[in-house]
Amino acid sequence: MTGEAGVATASALEVAGVVVNFQGLRAIDDIHLTLRPGEILGLIGPNGAGKTTLINVLTGFQVPDHGSVALNGVDLLPLKPHQRSRLGLVRTFQNVLPFAGLTALENVEAGAMATGMARGAGRAWAMEVLGRLGLADKAARRVDTLPFGEERRVGIARAVAMKPKFLLMDEPAAGLNDAEAEELQRVVAGIVAEGECGVLLIEHRMPLVFRLCHRIQVLQHGATIALGTPEEIRAHNAVRAAYLGDEAV
Amino acid sequence: MIVVQNLIDAISLGSVYALAALGIGLIFSIMRLINFAHGELIMVGGFVIYALAGNPMLVMALSAIIVVTILALGMERLAFRPLRKASPPTLLIASFAVSYFVQHVILMIFGSRPMGVDFLSVLGESFEFAGLRVPRLQCIAIVVTLALMVGLVVFFRASRIGVQMRAAAEDFTMARLLGVKADRVIAVAFALSGILASFVSLYLVAQTGTVSYKMGVNMVLIAFVASVIGGMGSLTGAALGGFIVGIVSVSLQAYLPEELRPYRDAFVFLLFIAFLLWRPQGLLVRRASERV
Repeated sequence: MTGEAGVATASALEVAGVVVNFQGLRAIDDIHLTLRPGEILGLIGPNGAGKTTLINVLTGFQVPDHGSVALNGVDLLPLKPHQRSRLGLVRTFQNVLPFAGLTALENVEAGAMATGMARGAGRAWAMEVLGRLGLADKAARRVDTLPFGEERRVGIARAVAMKPKFLLMDEPAAGLNDAEAEELQRVVAGIVAEGECGVLLIEHRMPLVFRLCHRIQVLQHGATIALGTPEEIRAHNAVRAAYLGDEAV
Repeated sequence: MIVVQNLIDAISLGSVYALAALGIGLIFSIMRLINFAHGELIMVGGFVIYALAGNPMLVMALSAIIVVTILALGMERLAFRPLRKASPPTLLIASFAVSYFVQHVILMIFGSRPMGVDFLSVLGESFEFAGLRVPRLQCIAIVVTLALMVGLVVFFRASRIGVQMRAAAEDFTMARLLGVKADRVIAVAFALSGILASFVSLYLVAQTGTVSYKMGVNMVLIAFVASVIGGMGSLTGAALGGFIVGIVSVSLQAYLPEELRPYRDAFVFLLFIAFLLWRPQGLLVRRASERV
């Protein structure tokens, strides 16, 4: 891979030697991870491999026992979640839906305001983001009246409106049907292309991960067992044994 | 004719209950605090009017609004902000403590006996048309309530802080992640609840012509009932609940057998219990399990 010589440190999300213990159980064991701008990095592994815990460490919901997390050279560990999001580290949640009682536009505006935009500029930017995600005609709809796939996309639009430098997506395709997952794939690829933003993607749908990601990191029992391009991961015996099984990828 | 008369009574009483319920619902929706000290905001507003008796009406009214708003902000800053991360039951108990504290400070200063105050008594006169006698105060209560509600709606839809408050009411943690400033959103909510409470004070003092250190207690109970009927966390629900309780109270007053009328509130609360058995989550809030 490129950027191994430390050039990436200038502009990247970097995790080094992170360890998290839950009452004697080692949830994350010495994980290293680098996410660069414009890159989609897939994070896969069986349930309990430590994927969500790692995202929690990145976003500040979990304090690691050891290790460091840095964004473009800035140490993130002393910072609270909202301070990290202000620096450009934005997360979408597995189970958290957009603000149900607000319209799609207001949801995305709430994200735009987080960047400090004034009301008018925020509204214009929110409309633009909705357009990019194919939701322009849904702007005035209350989110809880939208189909599930579109509701999910509003959540992503809200995150994108925050102009993230790095976007962490926790199972964005969970619960979506195939057509909606297809649409999501287009959306995520678009975010990276438009915004020079790096995406860390946790996802159980392997076809989606393998088509979308530039690199894939495989976790098992809290440790990295493989890291490489989709082709390399597909060919990796330990990964096949640990996780992919006979699943078609 | 008597039906129309009762309806106007019901709507005007309901509008005052709705204002009180909105004040409670606003705070609850944002920080899951059931603020029983809201009644003391109403009560202190009454005492400001009492203390300034003799001044021009506008001075009395504006002073009440300003003092109550400052008191609401003070409650937040001194009592509830340190408990921001506490559980809802802890917050509830804290609000009782604040409530008793304020009541007893007023008790120490002004004593326990209700005191008369001449405030807007001219509004006790009635408009008469088509055989109806409608006290001016009732008309004004309805108009002022509607104006405040329209103001709230505009504020929540059109202003930046208003949208942020609605986002915080839906999901406080997520809103914080979006950079919504918790201190500011909560302070604005308390200020608004103070303003709403002060308008209830104005109505109560104008209507009864008395103030007492207990005057907020009954109102806060009814406002709480109203916001539960509408659905805790829904502002539209709180307003709706206020109107429903007003209509039910006036109907019972009008149609209960004469000898039962003194016990009107017992029937109101009996109906409330029946309502809770039927729909414990309130009218406008979906059960959490309906949405996965």
